[in-house]
Amino acid sequence: MSPTPAILSASYALAHAPDLVRYGSKPVREIGRDPSLLPRITGSLRPWDEVVAYPPNQVFIGNLAPEDLASIPRPWYENRIDSASPSGAFGRMVSQAGLYGLMKLCDDFDLLTLDGELAAQAGADLVDFDHRRGRITGVDPAELRTLAEESDGLDLHHDGRMAGFIRTVHDQDEALTASVLLENLAGKATAVLAFSDLLRNSGIGAREIDYLLNCGEEAVGDRYQRGGGSLSKAVGEVVGCVNATGSDIKAFCSAPVHALIAAGAMVAAGVHKYVVVLGGGSQAKLGMKFGAHLRNGVPVMEDCLASMAFLVGPAGGDGMELRLDLAGKHPIGAGSSPKAVYEALVVEPLVRAGLGMTDIDKYAVEMHNPEITEPGGSGDVPRMNYRTLAAMAVLRREIGRGDIDRFVAERGMPGFAPTQGHIPAGVPYLGHALQAMRRGSLDRAMIVAKGSLFLGRMTQLVDGVSFIVERPAVARRTG
Amino acid sequence: MDLNGRRVVAIGERDGVTGPSLKLLAESAGADVVFSVTQCFV
Repeated sequence: MSPTPAILSASYALAHAPDLVRYGSKPVREIGRDPSLLPRITGSLRPWDEVVAYPPNQVFIGNLAPEDLASIPRPWYENRIDSASPSGAFGRMVSQAGLYGLMKLCDDFDLLTLDGELAAQAGADLVDFDHRRGRITGVDPAELRTLAEESDGLDLHHDGRMAGFIRTVHDQDEALTASVLLENLAGKATAVLAFSDLLRNSGIGAREIDYLLNCGEEAVGDRYQRGGGSLSKAVGEVVGCVNATGSDIKAFCSAPVHALIAAGAMVAAGVHKYVVVLGGGSQAKLGMKFGAHLRNGVPVMEDCLASMAFLVGPAGGDGMELRLDLAGKHPIGAGSSPKAVYEALVVEPLVRAGLGMTDIDKYAVEMHNPEITEPGGSGDVPRMNYRTLAAMAVLRREIGRGDIDRFVAERGMPGFAPTQGHIPAGVPYLGHALQAMRRGSLDRAMIVAKGSLFLGRMTQLVDGVSFIVERPAVARRTG
Repeated sequence: MDLNGRRVVAIGERDGVTGPSLKLLAESAGADVVFSVTQCFV
């Protein structure tokens, strides 16, 4: 009998990166046109303690439930959590010094140079990190300055000073410039953090992991294959997964859900016993909406790199079962209207299972934090999606027109994830879902992700995938 | 609004109404859609 796959553990991390915001895609272009923007951006960034105490960040790492966020008045950046901790039930926040340290210990090609003071602080901030801490070394500030003057690359800043440098590797290869390597190294380092914590928290040994599926949005490779490369084994190597191989799944924002379905299929088919799905942070998206934030007098809130890791293996313990038989997909011929997309992703799998929309206790859609998106006019993305789902439940006569708000409140949740591309795609809820199922307060949840295929200018299509997770006792009744 | 015979630029949004959907709507109302695109703001 083939094993039933389950999500056994989830891990998340936020790395504070205020001095990398200037190298986000939008800030770097706008500062290039108008250098006076740089001090305005840096003057609007939040200090570490405010980032730790920011309620959506506390939800992301598991110290607050998504439902708690609904009762905290907006703006959340002013209604911070007193005595908040950077350590959460299934996630953690790391300081910018710690982030630089992680990048340094992940650097196998001497791309990154830190000054001694930053290296010492990084080592101290990563005192509880399990891997390669001895690699966090620094140089004399004069040596750093000479390197920066004589090399092509990017100056890196910390605490108001130039404290590091990342070099360009090849003067004719756009895929190996310092800015691209910074994106990739930041993605690798943050994925390593979430993966390391996943191993520690789940109790599984690194040697037991068979296969890795990275789903981040970085594009690793050189001039001959650009984004055709892979980060999975690079991350697994750092955390000691010597028996694993891996590959990357690329599908824009929906890649994590594609990857979790693939991981579940590998387990169910008996190809691999333990598969880890992982994704690092998106350096390019730091400060993406800084213009709207400055215009509206709010902090520049895209100041953290986010990452995540999930352990998929055979059911039987206290994990939540992954119902591969109820996976949803948005086929090429489905059409791209919101109704067509949700018919394919939500209604079709439920009809196949003989279930209604109200048989799902919680839907996790694109979980973008509305406080980040609303100043730019993008609205509250999760709320828009939940209202679309509720409207479809009305059309299907499962609820009355007057029940829309209740459907949204009961089966949805406020957005709490940073706007980091693949990170918000439904999967930030998995840690909360695991906790709730272990408590017995949640039976069934649907994770729904959408991807913007059109951004690459190769098709006008959108994409989407979904899956259902169930508490084991419920899965035995309905499977 | 009467779109019959009008030229239309359709800019859609991934989590709202997409460009192809707007194009279909406008064309069904008799418009000439000269450009259609979907944006993603997240």
